[in-house]
Amino acid sequence: MAQVIKVGMADLNVCVSPDGITTLGLGSCVGIAIRDPMTKIGGLAHIMLPDSTTIRNNSNIPKFADTGIEELVKRVVARGANRSRLVAKIAGGAQMFSFGGGNSETIRVGERNVEATKKKLAQLKIPVLAEDTGKNYGRTVIFYPETGDFVIRAVGKPEKTI
Amino acid sequence: MSELNFDEMSQEYFDVLRELGNIGAGNATTALAQMLQCKVDMSVPKVGLLEFKEVGEAMGGEEQIMAGIYLGVEGDITGSIMFLLEKDSARFLVSKLMGMQPEGEEFSEMELSALKEVGNIITGAYLNSLSTITNLKIFPTIPDMTVDMAGAIMSVPAIQFGAVGDRMLLIQTQFFDEVAIDGYFILIPDLESYSKILSALGMAL
Repeated sequence: MAQVIKVGMADLNVCVSPDGITTLGLGSCVGIAIRDPMTKIGGLAHIMLPDSTTIRNNSNIPKFADTGIEELVKRVVARGANRSRLVAKIAGGAQMFSFGGGNSETIRVGERNVEATKKKLAQLKIPVLAEDTGKNYGRTVIFYPETGDFVIRAVGKPEKTI
Repeated sequence: MSELNFDEMSQEYFDVLRELGNIGAGNATTALAQMLQCKVDMSVPKVGLLEFKEVGEAMGGEEQIMAGIYLGVEGDITGSIMFLLEKDSARFLVSKLMGMQPEGEEFSEMELSALKEVGNIITGAYLNSLSTITNLKIFPTIPDMTVDMAGAIMSVPAIQFGAVGDRMLLIQTQFFDEVAIDGYFILIPDLESYSKILSALGMAL
């Protein structure tokens, strides 16, 4: 029986076909799905903040785009994926409210999370095949390493697959 | 001053924050009763320091549809405050306030506007009591509201807490009228503001 593995906020996990992997209610956070299309081994990370180097308390690896993606790649490769074949799809990074506690850094955190995610993936030479980012609504995502399908659900919107 | 860290927070500070939450929620309940012109009871608020992974579960699942009202806090302390209401509770409140039955599944413009006002009054009452106790000037900014998945709404305060620690402080209050209304408060003062609040209450950091 195929299972769907759940990933929480500031969390990541590995997933092997035929299983799927999901994270619920992405807001300003970003969900990063990667997979090796040959071995069909993949994984999903749910990051909250763009950069671990600007924050003193940074021991929580899956919380940040930079350290989270690195860790996800390491875990997927350890499971048997080929590093050079990895491809990515990303979703989330919404701006849920039009004000951010008077702080413009906070208000743009979704956008900054997406930027940091793309930067890290580019640095690791992992191509981003598709994305559904920004806007102002939450997203639930399910990733299937078997096909690479990244299913996105949002409130009051039809389900889509990227 | 040493940096305040939730992960190492003493029971004493935690109790103070819990009590603040208690008083704030109490004031908010009174405001709600006045607005609805009926008796509203409140359960003792549950205060929890939650890990980010647990946040969604605590609110009945990440995909639970909720109304979230979010506003900034200015004055002697800075930060933001969020009030969350489960969708059915929000519906009930709005229909009660407007004296009519809700139509359809989605909120109308009018209902959203009423709901925003409810949130504004409730958070205002909450901040007022905080201001009175601490003798600090606290002003709310214009609120913004969204109706979406709990997880997505919570990501906003979670990210703010995430910048300083790995857990967030959540105050859950249940109001009782004809039905139980679950509401959640999340006060997100900036770090310096935490020390200001605590020292205003005579607690040295």
